[in-house]
Amino acid sequence: MENYLKDIQDIKKMMDKSSQFLSLSGMAGVMAGIYALSGAFAIREIAIHNQGKVNLESYSFKLIVLIAGAVLFLSVLTAFVLTMRKAKRSEESMWNSTSKRLAINFLIPLGTGGIFAVLLMKNHYYGLIAPITLIFYGLACVNASKYTVRDVRYLGITIVILGLFATAYMGYGLQFWALGFGVCHIIYGALMYFKYDRKQ
Amino acid sequence: MKNILQHINKAFDHRIRLGIMSILMVNEYADFNTLKELLGVTDGNLASHAKALEAEEYIMIEKQFIGKKPNTRYMATKEGRKAFKDHIDALEKLIQKS
Repeated sequence: MENYLKDIQDIKKMMDKSSQFLSLSGMAGVMAGIYALSGAFAIREIAIHNQGKVNLESYSFKLIVLIAGAVLFLSVLTAFVLTMRKAKRSEESMWNSTSKRLAINFLIPLGTGGIFAVLLMKNHYYGLIAPITLIFYGLACVNASKYTVRDVRYLGITIVILGLFATAYMGYGLQFWALGFGVCHIIYGALMYFKYDRKQ
Repeated sequence: MKNILQHINKAFDHRIRLGIMSILMVNEYADFNTLKELLGVTDGNLASHAKALEAEEYIMIEKQFIGKKPNTRYMATKEGRKAFKDHIDALEKLIQKS
């Protein structure tokens, strides 16, 4: 009888392992949230000190873009390093068919949203940039969640809802942005960390 | 009891064959190297078990070239999916009875 039970467990394990990339690091989410909050705080300071003077050609605008870029770069780098470490520990390879599928399905909505945001910026629709980046990032998480832990799906749905609120309450873009990319990442990242990472 | 045992499929009575079928149930297809990595088996071992499943017509083997590299893809057939589902159902019933 024990053999049959082991068979069932093996089947389930193989099904999960072959269809989901489970080495995603929760701590990377927490770190990304911290970077985003620091970035949002810095941008708020710049905006306060340069009230009415922020436009496309100004120095402060370039600084804001630089900060946003640095947040993105640091987040991706941290996620990459921590996920690689976790994959090594759990003997899952970092670049396999499931992680490839995860990346592609994450990048399709995210890339679309990124291009959309740049085009909006070119046409001077600044107010929509925060909601659009939130909504598309949320949809990217929902889309990618089929290939990894379920928590990513709930993170995505939360961020999409925040994006819609940010559209309804225009003018609070930075606050919603900090809430979505900062607070949500920290909460869901910590949740994932305690649920999956600490056990190993 | 005898009724249930009829559905326990001998073709799946091996860790590697069970593994191949489990993977192909939840993936549209898997290539040779992916299967090898997931199951942690040698080339020859995987090839012979895959052939056994192909002989039962539970999986399809598709050989093609990606650029100049040969690539072998494995897919579960409709019969294979049904047989495997019956096998899992039988396993579950056996566990419940014990």
